[in-house]
Amino acid sequence: MLAQQLANGVLLGATYALFALGFTLMFGVLRVINLVYGFYFTAGAFFSLWLAQAGWPLIAALPAAAVGAGVVAVALDWLLLTRLRRAHADELASLMVTLGAVLALYAAATAWLGPDIRRLPPDLVGGGAVDAIGVRVTFAQLLILAACGALVGLLVLLVRGTTLGLAIRAMAEKPDAAALMGIDTARLAALVSFISGSLAGAGGVLIGLNFNAIHPYMGEQMMLRGFVVVIVGGLGDIFGALLAGLLLGVVEVLTAGYLASGLKEAVGFAILVLVLWTRPAGLFGRADARRA
Amino acid sequence: MLQVIGLTVAYGRTEAVRGIDLSVAQGQVVTLIGANGAGKTTILRTLSGLIRPRAGRIVLDGQDIAGMRPHRIAARGMVQVPEGRQIFASLTVAENLVLGGWTQRGAAETQRRRDSVLGRFPRLRERLTQNAGALSGGEQQMLAIGRALMATPRLLLLDEPSMGLAPLFIEEIFAIIAELKADGVTILLVEQNASAALEVADIAHVLEVGRVTLSGPAARVAADPAVVAAYLGG
Repeated sequence: MLAQQLANGVLLGATYALFALGFTLMFGVLRVINLVYGFYFTAGAFFSLWLAQAGWPLIAALPAAAVGAGVVAVALDWLLLTRLRRAHADELASLMVTLGAVLALYAAATAWLGPDIRRLPPDLVGGGAVDAIGVRVTFAQLLILAACGALVGLLVLLVRGTTLGLAIRAMAEKPDAAALMGIDTARLAALVSFISGSLAGAGGVLIGLNFNAIHPYMGEQMMLRGFVVVIVGGLGDIFGALLAGLLLGVVEVLTAGYLASGLKEAVGFAILVLVLWTRPAGLFGRADARRA
Repeated sequence: MLQVIGLTVAYGRTEAVRGIDLSVAQGQVVTLIGANGAGKTTILRTLSGLIRPRAGRIVLDGQDIAGMRPHRIAARGMVQVPEGRQIFASLTVAENLVLGGWTQRGAAETQRRRDSVLGRFPRLRERLTQNAGALSGGEQQMLAIGRALMATPRLLLLDEPSMGLAPLFIEEIFAIIAELKADGVTILLVEQNASAALEVADIAHVLEVGRVTLSGPAARVAADPAVVAAYLGG
């Protein structure tokens, strides 16, 4: 029983981590608290739903939905945040602008698509499962884990192992100095928006798959968890977000399994408050938590 | 090489730079001296494209670059070592140098230029794998200059390279500037340390609240009684 719960928790947590990574990347590099981020999650889920309904196999629908969400992210960030960045506005300004924008976007999406929960076509993923050491894992869950692992691996490789990643880290630290080096910071900002939006979109597809429930406000529920993960992990800290995401998934599943399922969201926020009290730079916080 | 004509820069309604003219010819060291707040840093930030000018022209190699984005200006060979050094503290010394060579990629060429920069600053070689934030102030300034040299600048803009450094390091930094001059690097130097700047420069401009009040050969400016009284502690 415990092993099964832990496995489910890790699987859920992997998706939380994936979602939070994009958010923390965006904050760490672009220095904006972008609440529209949750909308990219909704967008990814709906793109995959439409593509699946059109007969696309998941292996094609997942990347296409992620790319679609990335494009939405580039367009919305450009529209909402370019002016703020140019004016060197502080983080509170981005918080207010994106809060207003995201509420409008959710409302518009609900007006357009309706508030109902949609289901993915039943034959999208084989219904099979594997049993090992008393733990049962469905194919869908395996796919989620593999996709999360691959995307996280690619992101870390990009940021830590390439010259492009080096430029991203430089821009995260000192945007003006990076521009003086000849780095096109506007293009790099668009690229970071794209990567972040794609991660959120992929997260939307995978959570849609995990719970088989897609609706316009799903991004908002996820955003609250995203906040818990990035703050517990340390804002802007990629590895912190990874660990905190897994932790939150496990804690939620264990709470639902052993205490009461209604408590699982409360526990996440209890952790958030405790971490902010005791370690404001994040659970794994270094003195300078703002690192891409 | 560089002509600045009638440059005016404003923050909101306050004009920080009011219609200044200056030019830098190939191989020259030109210095801008003046008190804090005279507009020296504003001029360099505008030349590099970090601030848009309100009026005036900035002509680099015959082309007006006023209002061009900073990365394009850097790619044209006008490279700035900014005020306060602005090294990437969370990255290693080696990574800072790689970023300095961003406009001219190509592994072999980067390696060659890195060797030449490390030849000039042997101290940096010992610290290649350390975080740049762990360097002393003087070493950080060497890194900032070395990073700019990675771009093989045709015109180097130096903003207060001696600021906040111990006297021994100030001497070393000015020795480096003299060396660069001997190597034929064209330099526009902004400094508060007027006596050291006037010693190394060919041409000097004195800046007071956004206007150039005196220009000429550095030796003549250094002998001007008003300059001696105001900047050289005479």
